[in-house]
Amino acid sequence: MLKREWIAGAALWLIVAVEPAWAGTTLDAIRQRGALVCGVHTGLAGFSAPDKAGKYAGIDVDYCKALAAAILGSADKVRYVPLTAQQRFTALQSGEVDLLSRNTTWNSKRDAAMGAVFPAVWFFDGQAFVINGRKNPKVAKLADLNKAAVCVESGTTTERNMADYARANKLNFKPVVFEGQEATEKAFQSGRCDAYTTDASGIAAMLSALPNRGDFTVLPELISKEPMGPMLRRNDADFFAVARWTIYALQQAEESGVTQANVAEMKKSNSPVVQRLTGVSGEIGKELGLDADWAVRAIRAVGNYGEIWERNIKPLGLARGNNALWNKGGLIYPMPLE
Amino acid sequence: MGAISTSPPRRLRAGRWLREKLFSSVGNSITTLVLLGLVIWLGGKFLAWGLLHAVWGQAEVSTCNALGGQGACWAVVADKWRQMLFGVYPGSEQWRPAAAVLLLCAALIVSALRRFWRWRLLVAIWIAVTCVDAWLMAGGWGLAPVETAQWGGLPVTLMLAVYGTALAFPLGVLLALGRRSQLPVVRAVSVVYIELVRGVPLITVLFMASLMFALFLPEGMGFDKLLRAQLAITLFNAAYIAEVVRGGLQALPKGQHEAAHALGLGYWQTQGLVILPQALRITIPAQVNSFIDNFKDTSLVIIVSIFDFLYAVKQAVISDLGWRHYFVEGYLFAMAIYWIFCFAMSRYSQWLEMQLNREQRT
Amino acid sequence: MSGVRTPLWATERLRHVAAQAALIGLIALLCGAAGFNLVHNLEARSIRIGFDYLGQEAGFDISESLLAYDPANSYGRAFLVGLLNTLFVSGIGIVAASVLGLMIGVARLSPNWLLARLAGLYVESVRNVPLILQLLLWYGLITEILPAADQALKFGGIFLSQRGLHLPWPEPHAGWSAALLGLALAPAAMLLWQWAAARRGSVAPIWPRLACCALLPVLGWAAFGAPSEFSHPVLGGFDFEGGKSVSPEFAALLFGLTIYTAAFIAEIVRGGILAVPKGQTEAAEALGLSRAQRLRLVILPQALRVMMPPLTSQYLNLIKNSSLAVAIGYPDLVSISNTTLNQTGQAIEAITLMMAVYLLMSLAISCLMNWHNRRIRLIER
Repeated sequence: MLKREWIAGAALWLIVAVEPAWAGTTLDAIRQRGALVCGVHTGLAGFSAPDKAGKYAGIDVDYCKALAAAILGSADKVRYVPLTAQQRFTALQSGEVDLLSRNTTWNSKRDAAMGAVFPAVWFFDGQAFVINGRKNPKVAKLADLNKAAVCVESGTTTERNMADYARANKLNFKPVVFEGQEATEKAFQSGRCDAYTTDASGIAAMLSALPNRGDFTVLPELISKEPMGPMLRRNDADFFAVARWTIYALQQAEESGVTQANVAEMKKSNSPVVQRLTGVSGEIGKELGLDADWAVRAIRAVGNYGEIWERNIKPLGLARGNNALWNKGGLIYPMPLE
Repeated sequence: MGAISTSPPRRLRAGRWLREKLFSSVGNSITTLVLLGLVIWLGGKFLAWGLLHAVWGQAEVSTCNALGGQGACWAVVADKWRQMLFGVYPGSEQWRPAAAVLLLCAALIVSALRRFWRWRLLVAIWIAVTCVDAWLMAGGWGLAPVETAQWGGLPVTLMLAVYGTALAFPLGVLLALGRRSQLPVVRAVSVVYIELVRGVPLITVLFMASLMFALFLPEGMGFDKLLRAQLAITLFNAAYIAEVVRGGLQALPKGQHEAAHALGLGYWQTQGLVILPQALRITIPAQVNSFIDNFKDTSLVIIVSIFDFLYAVKQAVISDLGWRHYFVEGYLFAMAIYWIFCFAMSRYSQWLEMQLNREQRT
Repeated sequence: MSGVRTPLWATERLRHVAAQAALIGLIALLCGAAGFNLVHNLEARSIRIGFDYLGQEAGFDISESLLAYDPANSYGRAFLVGLLNTLFVSGIGIVAASVLGLMIGVARLSPNWLLARLAGLYVESVRNVPLILQLLLWYGLITEILPAADQALKFGGIFLSQRGLHLPWPEPHAGWSAALLGLALAPAAMLLWQWAAARRGSVAPIWPRLACCALLPVLGWAAFGAPSEFSHPVLGGFDFEGGKSVSPEFAALLFGLTIYTAAFIAEIVRGGILAVPKGQTEAAEALGLSRAQRLRLVILPQALRVMMPPLTSQYLNLIKNSSLAVAIGYPDLVSISNTTLNQTGQAIEAITLMMAVYLLMSLAISCLMNWHNRRIRLIER
């Protein structure tokens, strides 16, 4: 009697829940599954945010699309898993996602102690503070925020950086910690705290959507380095190589002038660099375990790094700054494709 | 009393009632007047805010902003009710979760009516409803497929509550029997499980399920996030159900066991044919109360970012910048929905208790 | 039974032993499999396990704590701060909820129809809504509706604003510590007096007892110098400085927990009072006791026996529900463990530690209640 119900429930559960996954490398698992499972932000404008219909957009999302195009042939073969700051590392460690493309800062602790690795930097950022300039017109620099209440999101490097900075500069901040980015922003806007601290890009994202953004002032100091990039599990060299070189391919495309529109004609280019990029010469694709067109598909899917930037980050009002190419004054330095 | 009396005319009765109930003594009269004053003042303010000055139906944010807090902005509910109820389920397919919710509620109501209390019938109904609901939500066979990552809102809450209780029930009964067993190992295992699970908050169990679970499975075996939460809730509820059932088992007179033993029935036959039917029947009102608690507890999955009804409401009110100030109306809407469900169930539980008590006495 | 010997393998005893052995085997198999997978997965992902992270520097700040805390302290100390915060809010919550619940429960049985119905309305509306939703609502209301710090509501020296409640607070001095000690010792002194009087066979009247024991804190205060310096909250810069401030997170958590648990306690009190045999009420009435005296002297002491187990259960629920603080930003045990496991990645250790602490608290309170129950158990004739 009751047992039948139980068996039926258990059967349903087994059918729906357990995904047959394969012991082996992540690349094999991705190919078998036919989709790339990407851990992304629950909603950060410019990086990965769902619109009303549930479609994700942003530079982290574009990276996932490029990777899927390179490995599986199509940018649509991606499954996005929205993760909070709290869940992201265990989701990666436990195998729930293939990689994290979730504006995660590359630091030594994450590289060494969390069983994860970073293939390359996707976005150079820094931690900044924003205040309500209208309510506190006299605050012009960070030292003026002594004894202020600062809203900060739980589970991020921002908490720690703020504490470190305060200690180093003999300041006294009163942190008010919230779970989730929206709750933190809401508390700041309602006036619960005097300042809000997060990555400068996050602040720009928040301000870009506010009708009264003129009320707010971003303080000039950047108190930390926040080099962000995708995060992979350790001990998976093949997937690591593909992830790394997809980034460099997209950046090299910008350096060489290959765009989403002209990638097909660029195959006929005379430049050896472009030829290697588009797979016309050299064996990079084969060495990575992909076919020759891997970079072409990636570029055709999302464009080069500059186009990705224009589409997603420029509307937030941020300048290229450190994210410009190395020969244009920035830090983006795609490693040579041989 | 039973005195022969002709009842006084209705007018007088009303007057006497007022005198007895409200103004019987000086202290009482003062209390009544103070309370009446408070009720009228606060109630009036709330009604003015919520009904009179409020903005109903679809409206622009500017209309609400113009109110300046004097009236409720129910337009936020009118604008976002679909997102609140169904999460990010694709818009065109939202009739499917609506149908699934209605079907589940219908199944619950049918199970509550005593006319349908025949085991095989109930089991058949529930299996059918489960299959149809799974088909409606997940798609396939004629419907567009929708992944579990897009399920959200009220269907998820109901699913977590109903299946969290239904699947926990067999385990809970086994644990209750185990706790009263003569075998020391079985008793120890049951006691340890029950005390362990009852001693920790549900949040820690949810954290454990969402963060640690996959590490205990063989490498590569995946586990859907929603199912992990469902499993955590099920294991948690089993311990509480076990305690309720244990109460029922203890309430049975020892004579039942002895009579069954005298008839030569073995342990499982005794339990299945004599003890459990009676014990479970006695504890049905307590089970319904336990189900109400389970239903409320599903709202905790917001902390592990499972898209249930409360999460959907929260996202709807705080992620849209224009409407951010009107979160009160959004939360009140959520409270109303939860309240309707829980109040209905608690009334049902009281009615059922009365019915069962009456039967037991006669 | 005639002299038929059942074979050894069919005896009940053997079946029992076999069943238990099978159960142990099954559990061992499950645990072994889980453990093996765990070790294998951890190795494959190079995740370390161990509690030595507790000695490392925490690096994050905590907005309110009962101990002195600095980001340079260890994770272990941060954990302790969280634990104390949990105990603090739970302790105050239990007392407040009991008082409120008692009042509402008694009000529900009041002969005044309006009072009874209003109390019933309160209980029914609060019980049927999830606690986390109530907490979110209270917290949102407190931060949105209260004015900003520079336009704070003023009641004498007390300021109420979006940043919290700011009260004048005495400057630290030995006199105040002595007063606090006296306050803590007062209930013990009262019980001692009652016990001494009972031994003599008489009853110590309550008002003199209360008065004398209220003198203890005053004596302590006076004996150590009778300090009277208060620090007053003053608006400076961003927020009030000086005095004592109660943060909105703490206030919302305490308020929500109290209101929610009081509704359940009200029902328990009502059930307990109704469980006292009607004869007791009638006898008390016949003796001429007023309603208040009846409740205090006859009904409640007897009702307490029935109320104890469900009350304990509600207290435990309150302690467990305080873990919802993570949703509104109060740094309790769960919230700090959450931050720790994010920064160190040691999810397993942090969660295990959290569960162990809650389990210890629950078991301690349950044991205490069981002991108390056994002591006051009615020995039926």
